[in-house]
Amino acid sequence: MKDDLVLRVVGKLLIPFILLFGLYVLFHGDYGPGGGFQAGVILAAGIIFYALIYSVEEARRVVPEPLVEAMMAVGVLLYVTVGVAGQVLGGNFLDYFVLAADPVAGQLRGILLVECGVAVAVTGVMLKVFYMFAGRGNLDQ
Amino acid sequence: MSLAGHFSYFATISLMIAGLFIVMARGNLIKKLVGLGIFQTSVYLLYVAPGKLIGGTAPIIQEGFAVYANPLPHVLILTAIVVGVATLALGLALVVRIREAYGSIEEDDILAKDRE
Amino acid sequence: MDTWPGADGNLAPEPAIETLIIEVLLALMMVTVVALARTRNLFGVVVLFGVYSFLMATVLTVLDAVDVAMTEAAVGAGISTVLFLGALLLCRSEEARPVHRPWLPLLVSVAVGGLLVYGSLGMPVFSDPGAPAHRHVAQHYLANAMDETGAPNVVTAVLASYRGYDTLGETVVVFTAGAGVIALLRRRPGRRKP
Repeated sequence: MKDDLVLRVVGKLLIPFILLFGLYVLFHGDYGPGGGFQAGVILAAGIIFYALIYSVEEARRVVPEPLVEAMMAVGVLLYVTVGVAGQVLGGNFLDYFVLAADPVAGQLRGILLVECGVAVAVTGVMLKVFYMFAGRGNLDQ
Repeated sequence: MSLAGHFSYFATISLMIAGLFIVMARGNLIKKLVGLGIFQTSVYLLYVAPGKLIGGTAPIIQEGFAVYANPLPHVLILTAIVVGVATLALGLALVVRIREAYGSIEEDDILAKDRE
Repeated sequence: MDTWPGADGNLAPEPAIETLIIEVLLALMMVTVVALARTRNLFGVVVLFGVYSFLMATVLTVLDAVDVAMTEAAVGAGISTVLFLGALLLCRSEEARPVHRPWLPLLVSVAVGGLLVYGSLGMPVFSDPGAPAHRHVAQHYLANAMDETGAPNVVTAVLASYRGYDTLGETVVVFTAGAGVIALLRRRPGRRKP
């Protein structure tokens, strides 16, 4: 689809807004519909859209594979770190009340960090899976 | 007991058995995965539909609203969807590997090749 | 929005239209599934599955599950379709004609469906406020989530805070599935087709 002028122009216009919407869904998840899972999928979809229009190699240049693989693990580790931080600060595992002086603020902070971890992990997995399928040649060709 | 009040269950069940039928009757592995997807999606409906209250609103607390849908099934299904797509990717990867090893994704061909 | 009929805590007096929308959408989904089961071109099957997922997302919106609907629209209709097309690219896109008539699967499916219908007759009717599902822990979440976590979106509060341990498990499952895909597809296709 590299030669399609309409797709290239519309893609260039739309992709920043798709990524921005993904971030909005992530950080506004406490107040409106959204959260880490949705944000991760929307961010990954934005990059996949880019790869479909330009090319997978181009997308690999923007979001390289080592970064994607690191994101898969970093997301899960961020989640676990928040849980362990609760223990270190004197609470239970995944106890957010102790993350800030005010328990409700601690809850909000914990939820946001955990959602960020989920979003990073989901983005990484979705992109990695897409790269794996897209980078594999058909046997018949 | 009214049959109309149970319509959502009947629709869910018909989608479920359609998915089950596709998984069992079709020999093509990708079609099987689509059938599995339909079965899975019908389970989302089975969970979410009983949580709905007619006249209620989405479970986002706000002034002026008192009736909310049950948030618990939403949480369970939200995670189920993402896990579902991850396992779907795993299934498709297996299909691709089978295609590379046997040259076919039809169950009958694969079985015939195995018997040789 | 202030004049909304359920604002005083009573259910809306005329629920007919909401139920009707849900029923029409469910009927459309059943039509899509029948078309999908009869289609033999796999590209068509994948596109119909995308249609089905979008209809499911619409139904979920009407059922007030906005978070779930958002996920289903992005995952079911977006990422799943891309993954299916990616796999189709590596396989043949035409399904073989079935060699035998599918009477046994049909019989088993209908029998399972009959059992499920029999079981569903004992379930509470649609939108029954007195159903056990509404009287248990959900009431606690709706009443206290705002004060205890500060997040107005109860789904997010339950997902990340009350049931954070669950979500940790789900994230690990997603990670493991990704690692499994890497393990399966990392090696280049070396062996030629026999």
